[in-house]
Amino acid sequence: MTLAAAASTTSTGEAVQFWILATVAVIGALGTILMRKAVHSALCLAGTMIVLAIFYLANGAYFLGVVQIVVYTGAIMMLFLFVVMLVGVTAADSLKETLKGQRWLAALCGLGFGILLCAGIGNASLKSFNGLGQANSGGNVEGLAALIFTKYVFAFEITGALLITAAVGAMVLTHRERTERALSQREQSERRVRGGKQVPPLPAPGVYARHNAVDIPGLLPDGTPSELTVSATLRGRGQVRDVSGEALADLAALEQRSARWLGRDAKGGKGAKDPKGADRREGGGGADQAGDPGDDPAGAGHPEDSKGVAK
Amino acid sequence: MNPVNYLYLSALLFTIGAAGVLIRRNAIVLFMCVELMLNACNLAFVTFSRMHGNLDGQIIAFFTMVVAAAEVVVGLAIIVTVFRSRHSASVDDASLMKL
Repeated sequence: MTLAAAASTTSTGEAVQFWILATVAVIGALGTILMRKAVHSALCLAGTMIVLAIFYLANGAYFLGVVQIVVYTGAIMMLFLFVVMLVGVTAADSLKETLKGQRWLAALCGLGFGILLCAGIGNASLKSFNGLGQANSGGNVEGLAALIFTKYVFAFEITGALLITAAVGAMVLTHRERTERALSQREQSERRVRGGKQVPPLPAPGVYARHNAVDIPGLLPDGTPSELTVSATLRGRGQVRDVSGEALADLAALEQRSARWLGRDAKGGKGAKDPKGADRREGGGGADQAGDPGDDPAGAGHPEDSKGVAK
Repeated sequence: MNPVNYLYLSALLFTIGAAGVLIRRNAIVLFMCVELMLNACNLAFVTFSRMHGNLDGQIIAFFTMVVAAAEVVVGLAIIVTVFRSRHSASVDDASLMKL
């Protein structure tokens, strides 16, 4: 196997790979601690972990390289992302220093620690090395399995106990004990009627048949957007799109275009085209505007309004 | 290239992770920095395994991964619980163990 032979001498290819990917890994690590939003930090860390998986493969640890991708980037980082979503993506770190000069002192400590580590490695005599060719000769996974189930079998058993404990611990921590009885559906509906606000379901978002996206508020009979139709989260973020003016602008553009079209046609066959064009314009404008005034007498409340539009 | 370079990279990543733990205040990012430090250690273990020509280092790295996975599960559960009661993931706010 060429890989086993190459493991005792590092090739030029591995050196090139190392210098390129090491740069990526360090940039990812720096991004993890410097990005303000937790999501960006998590993504940077995932990149670093993938690079580390490639380094494991290059170092002859084939099993660990695959496990790194499956367990770390596949499970642990996704768990991180789940929690970031639970806790709130928009919760950016405040940059205000609570302790004066703490950040510079921390950076200084880090620098000193790094110099210490590097000096330690530099002073060790690590000029020659044995590759993994011998150890990996029977296959990397087989070698690891032989060690785990003989020399390290006790640690392996303990690991099982640790995982069970962690799973139970996570369930206990996130479990919330219910202190009062759950309300029945009848009690909930009675409470809602007694509260006197919004008894039927909330009106649907969307305007006409063209914009039914959730971030577009439905229009009230007088043409103003209704706050109730858009979710409170979008309202809070200020991501509500208002297209009530857009329809009028579209209509104006249509009228202008058809007027120009008719004007050009007036030179040729005016008698044949004119009624059709006028009819189309009339019909389009009528359909656009008919939705609101038509519902005006019937739909004083919001749900009726949206229902009328849907019809 | 000597594989010692992997050790230097591992030391660098460990240092960056440690500095991140000191600098950041968001509990989730703090936790990610700890993960980075664990990963740096794993890289050192795998490199040592290659330099010494036996697989024990890889076994230790494997156990580190298992322990890290268990730690992440419990740690994130704690963060979620703290966030539920305080509505903040900042470690500065959690100065008391109970409300």
